[in-house]
Amino acid sequence: MHSLRQHPLRQHLSDPRILQIAALTSILVYGVGWRGLDVEPVFIPVILSTALLTQWVGTRWSGLGRFDARSALISALSLCLLMRGQHAGWAVLAAVLAIGSKFSLRVQGKHIFNPTNFAIIFLLIATDHVWVSPGQWGSAPWVALLMAGAGTMVVTRAARADVTLAFLAAYATVLCGRALWLGQSWAIPMHQLQNGALVLFSFFMITDPKTTPNSRAGRILFAALVAAGAGTVAFILYRPNGLLWSLAAFSLLVPVIDRLLPGRQYVWGGVTQMRRPVAVEAQAGSPVPEGAMIMRQPGPVNRLSRETG
Amino acid sequence: MKMQAASVPSPPAERARALGVSVEANYQVGEYDILILSAKESDGLETWLKENGYKIPPGASRVLGIYLKQNMRFFVARVNLKEHSAGGFKGLRPLSIAYETPKFMLPIRLGMVNAKGPQELLIYTLTANGRVEPTNYRTVLLPTGDEIPVYVKEDFGKFYRAMFGEQVRREGMRCVFLEYAWDMGWCDPCAADPLTQAELTELGVSWLDEGMGGARRGPKSPGIWPVPPRPAPGGAPPVFVTRLHVRYDREHFPEDLVFQETGDRENFQGRYVIRHPWTGRGDCPGLAAYRSSLRERQEQEAQNLARLTGWAMTDIRRQVPLAAASDPDPKWWRRIWGDK
Repeated sequence: MHSLRQHPLRQHLSDPRILQIAALTSILVYGVGWRGLDVEPVFIPVILSTALLTQWVGTRWSGLGRFDARSALISALSLCLLMRGQHAGWAVLAAVLAIGSKFSLRVQGKHIFNPTNFAIIFLLIATDHVWVSPGQWGSAPWVALLMAGAGTMVVTRAARADVTLAFLAAYATVLCGRALWLGQSWAIPMHQLQNGALVLFSFFMITDPKTTPNSRAGRILFAALVAAGAGTVAFILYRPNGLLWSLAAFSLLVPVIDRLLPGRQYVWGGVTQMRRPVAVEAQAGSPVPEGAMIMRQPGPVNRLSRETG
Repeated sequence: MKMQAASVPSPPAERARALGVSVEANYQVGEYDILILSAKESDGLETWLKENGYKIPPGASRVLGIYLKQNMRFFVARVNLKEHSAGGFKGLRPLSIAYETPKFMLPIRLGMVNAKGPQELLIYTLTANGRVEPTNYRTVLLPTGDEIPVYVKEDFGKFYRAMFGEQVRREGMRCVFLEYAWDMGWCDPCAADPLTQAELTELGVSWLDEGMGGARRGPKSPGIWPVPPRPAPGGAPPVFVTRLHVRYDREHFPEDLVFQETGDRENFQGRYVIRHPWTGRGDCPGLAAYRSSLRERQEQEAQNLARLTGWAMTDIRRQVPLAAASDPDPKWWRRIWGDK
């Protein structure tokens, strides 16, 4: 019999991904049902099933832990919200690219790109048949607030509120600074900040703990760079989807930031997920049983991260 | 008609230079005198425009300054009345402007400086790849496919204006409406003949000579996999038409419209169906059933019209003849609330 502390349901709920899946599902249902989101109905099952299948194949092929649907579902739901294509074949490809990138593009035990971001940017470069509609959420403030509220809960649980706050502060500085320089009224940066797509990006995409720097200082630097890059794409290159382009570009810098500003690597669910941890002494790169802990001297105890989420 | 541009002597250049204004180009085109201006300071530009007889609204200087800092030029057209009367034209012909820029946007703020009430704007785009949409405002499809009463046909314009106004009201005047999106290389049936190559060229379609003709895609495939490219009927041009309709004011549209071309080639048009009932007499056994279904249909049509336009049901019912009026079993509650 489980005590309350050890109950499997409680362990599941301690994983922020569950809340994130619930939030993204609610936003998708709300968007399709009430905001006229232009999602082809067939895309949703196609993306979800392809993502899960790719996750299963990738897990088997790579030997990276056990099959876990949660991260794949988050990537798939984000793709449903963001990606638009001429036909469902593009949805299949996007899901394969997104989940496949987690297994294939890795540095220092972390995947480089946010999976959804990678798939979308790859397809935007490769074809004219895929697009993103950044204006689809409009700027109705209550929509932004609703999504912000849902997102806040997620990032609070994911302990990545710092990257969201740093990014929003930096991006607001870019927008307000531009308005100040041009002599625009404040209504313009306010309108740009109320964009639902920006809120979604800030709370659900840039916060991905597996693709952001490990240290807080690194994450704040990363968020500021992404904000500056997004401003450059929008106001100097005059291209749409500056947030996505900038995130993809600066994700390549994350291994460098991690080296310069080292920190503890994030583990989904934290230590509460562990059962009967076994302390072993290990050196970097040596094989360790699943669920084992690495003892470092001196320093805190970390669970070995071999997950792909 | 092709208009020829002729260079004309520029206005006093020294004064312009003193005000920091550069006249980049100066043309007389048909009944228009046209200047293309750049400037260092908005105050100088405003002064120059006023000194040269252009009426600009108070407060325009600030907006001019915003555009100047973004390295934008000003296209100024003045009607030359002498040329206008000499040409024997009744109205003013449309102006066609060609330019290259990385900014796919439409400046709308200058026009709002002295606007009294909301402005109305129709935007047509011709693109090679697919539908155009704004990136900083929401795009909403106009309601389409509803059946509406026959009497609407008599004044369809009134219906369309009311319907558009109602949709704007419902969306809080915060979105751009898609009225029409059509692949000119595919239509079944075609509402009208596709534009000719000459017409498209005149409208600025520049890619027709770049070998992009021939095989075209059909409409978006509803299935998993794409439909392979197939030849367009009659060699129709590879052009996608988008028509956007927006009603805007300063409060709801603080930013200029910024666009992107999507890969969406799905056809869409706002259309409204009018079905004429059979009004003959006879003793066909199915007639009673038909009249009954007709009454229901007309009721539904009236409700559709009320929903689309915001018109009162009492006013609509007054104009819907016969079947609804001769309802043998009118609902008693309609009398209580005046049919609303």
